[in-house]
Amino acid sequence: MENGHETGNGVAAQVCDVAPVPDAELAAICTRYGCDKHRMLDILREVQDRYRCIAPSTMDRIAAGTGLTRIEVEGVASFYSFLSLTPKGRVTIRLCDDIVDRYSGLEAVSAIFEEVLGIRIGETSADGAFSLEVTPCIGMCDQAPAAMVNDVVLTRLTPETARAAAEALKAGEAPERIVSERFSSLTPHERALHMVDNNIRHAGEVLLGPVPEEAGLNNAVSMTPAQIITAVEDSGLRGCGGAGFTTGRKWRFAASERAEKHFVICNADEGEPGTFKDRVLLTERPHLLIEGMTIAARAVGAREGILYLRGEYVYLRELLEQVLEERRRRGLLGKAILGVKGFDFDIRLQLGAGAYICGEEGALISSCEGLPGEPKTRPPFPVNRGYLGYPTVVNNVETFCHAARILDRGAKWFHAMGTEGSHGTKLFSVCGDCLNPGIYELPYGHTVRELLEMVGGGEAAAVQVGGPSGTMIARDSFHRKLTFDDLATGGAIIIFNGDRNILEIVEYYMSFFVHESCGYCTPCRVGNVFLQKAIQKFRKGLANPEDIDYLKELSGTIIETSRCGLGMTSPNPILSTLKNFPLVYSAVSKPSKDGIRDTFDIQSAIDGARKIAKRRSYIFDKDFTQ
Amino acid sequence: MSGTKKETGFTFTIDGIEVTAYAGQTIMEAADEAGVYIPRLCDHEGLRHQGSCRVCTVKAGGRSVAACTQPAAPGQAVENETPHLTKMRRDLVEMLFHEGNHLCPICEASGNCELQAMAYRLDMTEATKFPYLEPCRALDASHPDIALDTNRCISCGRCIRASQDVDGKGIFGYVGRGIHRRVAVNGENLADTDAEVTDHAISAEVCPVGCIIRKRVGFAVPIGEREFDKGLIGHDIEEKRK
Ligand code: SF4
Ligand code: SF4
Ligand code: SF4
Ligand code: FES
Repeated sequence: MENGHETGNGVAAQVCDVAPVPDAELAAICTRYGCDKHRMLDILREVQDRYRCIAPSTMDRIAAGTGLTRIEVEGVASFYSFLSLTPKGRVTIRLCDDIVDRYSGLEAVSAIFEEVLGIRIGETSADGAFSLEVTPCIGMCDQAPAAMVNDVVLTRLTPETARAAAEALKAGEAPERIVSERFSSLTPHERALHMVDNNIRHAGEVLLGPVPEEAGLNNAVSMTPAQIITAVEDSGLRGCGGAGFTTGRKWRFAASERAEKHFVICNADEGEPGTFKDRVLLTERPHLLIEGMTIAARAVGAREGILYLRGEYVYLRELLEQVLEERRRRGLLGKAILGVKGFDFDIRLQLGAGAYICGEEGALISSCEGLPGEPKTRPPFPVNRGYLGYPTVVNNVETFCHAARILDRGAKWFHAMGTEGSHGTKLFSVCGDCLNPGIYELPYGHTVRELLEMVGGGEAAAVQVGGPSGTMIARDSFHRKLTFDDLATGGAIIIFNGDRNILEIVEYYMSFFVHESCGYCTPCRVGNVFLQKAIQKFRKGLANPEDIDYLKELSGTIIETSRCGLGMTSPNPILSTLKNFPLVYSAVSKPSKDGIRDTFDIQSAIDGARKIAKRRSYIFDKDFTQ
Repeated sequence: MSGTKKETGFTFTIDGIEVTAYAGQTIMEAADEAGVYIPRLCDHEGLRHQGSCRVCTVKAGGRSVAACTQPAAPGQAVENETPHLTKMRRDLVEMLFHEGNHLCPICEASGNCELQAMAYRLDMTEATKFPYLEPCRALDASHPDIALDTNRCISCGRCIRASQDVDGKGIFGYVGRGIHRRVAVNGENLADTDAEVTDHAISAEVCPVGCIIRKRVGFAVPIGEREFDKGLIGHDIEEKRK
């Protein structure tokens, strides 16, 4: 039962039985982060990495070390999927449980891991060596099934490679060695490429084609902040994370806010199932990204920045740290950037810990502040009062990269690409049932059909545009355009052929939202569970035609009353399939006879009572022959 | 109201009634002063606004917003008691009933319970259509004077804010996320904390339901003579306008 599982304190069975962590070591970890409560996520990540658990006794001491209460520490520790109040294995294997992975053979792969390691999904081996888990989309849908083994990513798993990996791990091999024998002698960039292919299928003019180094930043230093903002505004650039807010306007708002400090934050937490474009930019264009952030800093007067990297992309941490270090060395970060007096800016890397909601601007800021990843109340908006209460610009990876290119080539150049209202190019991450999954950089305005032809998706029966919170369209809509005005998308394109079960996909997406809701507000926390249960009813063939109205009404309430974008879009998998695939629903819902609900199954309803009474019901069990 | 405040005042309407507000006031604060009641559960006088139950959802300028956190704006037309909004609110209240375990006839909060009273006010008269989630959470009776039955908790967080901001203690907090998010205490159990029955967080007015229980005082006032047995929830605010 969904709700039966309880987390946190008060549950006697969940006593942590790892050896107590010495006080001195916890104190050292807190000190490393300046005993700053805003660095709680880093502190907890480190404790989890080293001791495989955030035990109640450690929480007490971390609280003491950072000036918080234990319940505040527990609030953070129990929020993020990658932190655990119970001991995890020294090697934790997280199989990616995205729907695309399921359709690419996840089941066979997980069976192999279970067999070789002798534990089931969700379990930790008795000797504390292994934990086996599933986790939602880790951004590898173009090479599914994939898995994280501690900080190492394995892709394109087959029963054979899964067996080899599991056996090597069991024999005591380090996860890195599965990727390469010479892992330790590889550069961070080579390591990333050994684990993950970037699958760049089509390089466009802006981001993935040839990009001159620091050309944008060089121009920006000779411009005033106001000129930079005007250039970004004139280019027509809109946020590439999905919401599509005008970037220049965002910068203008933040710049005009008078405050002691300003911040620039990069949202590298793409968590929408089917999205993996930022992964490619972070690997192949990290300098361009930091260049864009630095330009933004000059535009709004920020001296500090944060690059928030989703926990699933921990394999890119070293690479990014190296890039930041190199830029500091070259005078591209730090004091007096490019020799310009007063142009000071530096960036810290903040790693997430497994929470999709942290892709939401406010939740991302909460997470950077060391809090549970809960969205903030709006107003005030981040550009007015964001990180620690200071005006903050939050843009995603692709947006910053675009901005750097705009400063290099000019607003007109960018504005001329794409369509009216959707200027420039966009990275599409394409996966699912097609011949060439991967990244395509295209100007806005292509139709879905054109894209399908490019990617070898001729068999497509349904296309999910924009991940679960986007729109699922059928063949009769493939003429629609990929623009902000028609089919807006953060970039995810997931292709399903005619063999796939639409309701199975919808149920998967609903469970994703149930799992990822932060739980702050009633409609999203509770309502999505009801939606998920209702879809299960359809899948079991227990639904009435009235249940379609129920789905619509409940969705309406959730959308209208939810506090942030997650709840405002979580019913989309249901609503868009109801609209575009109505037959799927009517095929599995039957009218009830005589007003009696077919769906009510008396036998299962009294099952609990039967077990308690240890006998059958004389009235309702008359058909049983015992 | 001080003179300077009056000068910066502006007006807007709620369901056509003209209401005066001051810069920085929320829609709900202005409504309360004007004697217009907007249903609410997580908001409570004297506590920081949280905006989580969403029962106070109103339409302002065509958009649905939480009245307890949304700043009032000059000239805005706010909708409050429309059939559409009442339906949304009823859905939310039903969600809260179904998320926990609520057996009003045997609950000592009956008649004093804001959730129950809100159900009456919103005309929750028909059988509900939502599934029951039937959680099973341990009762914490470790403390000599206080008991905690979070099976009835509606996650309003009023106890958290009261303890932190009024009592300066921080006895309660949220743990977990999504449907598993719930209120927990700062220690192994309540006896392990510095909670006292005299804390504001423990007082009868803070917890809107029968979750925080003061031992040995239950049923001192008989059912039938309790707060919401005398009038609909919100009548005290609405009386200001008569
Ligand atoms: S809509 Fe969902 S994710 Fe957003 S605040 Fe509410 S519960 Fe959290
Ligand atoms: S807390 Fe309120 S709604 Fe719940 S059982 Fe008690 S009286 Fe009923
Ligand atoms: S215990 Fe009471 S006051 Fe605290 S969150 Fe639950 S319902 Fe609200
Ligand atoms: S009273 Fe406004 S959201 Fe609860």
